[in-house]
Amino acid sequence: MNIHEIASKLSLDVKTTKGDLEREVTGCYISDLLSDVMANGKEGDIWITHQTHPNIVAVAILKNLSGVIITNKRVPEEDTLKRAEAEHLTIMTGQAPTFEIAGMLYHFLRC
Amino acid sequence: MIIKNSIEGSFHLTGGDFTNAGIASSELKSILTELGLDDNVIRRAAIATFEAEMNVIIHAIAGTIYYSIMPEHIKIIVNDMGPGIEDIELAMQEGYSTAPDWVREMGWGAGMGLPNMKKNSDEFKIDSVVGEGTTVEIIINIKQGLR
Repeated sequence: MNIHEIASKLSLDVKTTKGDLEREVTGCYISDLLSDVMANGKEGDIWITHQTHPNIVAVAILKNLSGVIITNKRVPEEDTLKRAEAEHLTIMTGQAPTFEIAGMLYHFLRC
Repeated sequence: MIIKNSIEGSFHLTGGDFTNAGIASSELKSILTELGLDDNVIRRAAIATFEAEMNVIIHAIAGTIYYSIMPEHIKIIVNDMGPGIEDIELAMQEGYSTAPDWVREMGWGAGMGLPNMKKNSDEFKIDSVVGEGTTVEIIINIKQGLR
């Protein structure tokens, strides 16, 4: 399943324009600790987090993650979006809490 | 790709500069990618360097990352002008951190930085003088990793 399909099925708001929406999402990692994502996230994972600051872009790029979903109505900082555009990383936001978004994603990616 | 001569360079880091965090490690990652090194070697070097970079940004006034890419290994030395580490053994324990609350709220300072550096290194050394600074030396073998 690619980023575009996930955004549409989970009613996510795509906040960036330059990311590759056709990029395949191979898994998911959920954490608000950046070192945890660096240690345990896997290439192709979509990352669900509450963090909104620009360092999430650096971590996502370093790990070659497929995209970032910021949950719970949180809004990414302007600098975060600028950095994401420069790196062609897709950032999306979701109104639903992490549990619900993760539950739907699990269904789509694993079932 | 066989590296004949060593390739060296450095990056300057400014303490507190969270905006540019990750740029040095990302540049090093690009250099290693261009050299055609094994993905696993690149990944380990990038993670270890990013964690070292973050420690300088979180704790120190300034620091420098020196890298040398040799035929057999990558050596990354990060030294900083910072508070130093009183008890290195304690600092190496996963979960131990002296980072302030606002840094933790950003998702850093979980006490995973030094353990992550060590896990991704083949050789890892750390020296610190309280009140002066810390030097970390990371060696990652690339010999078996050549494509």
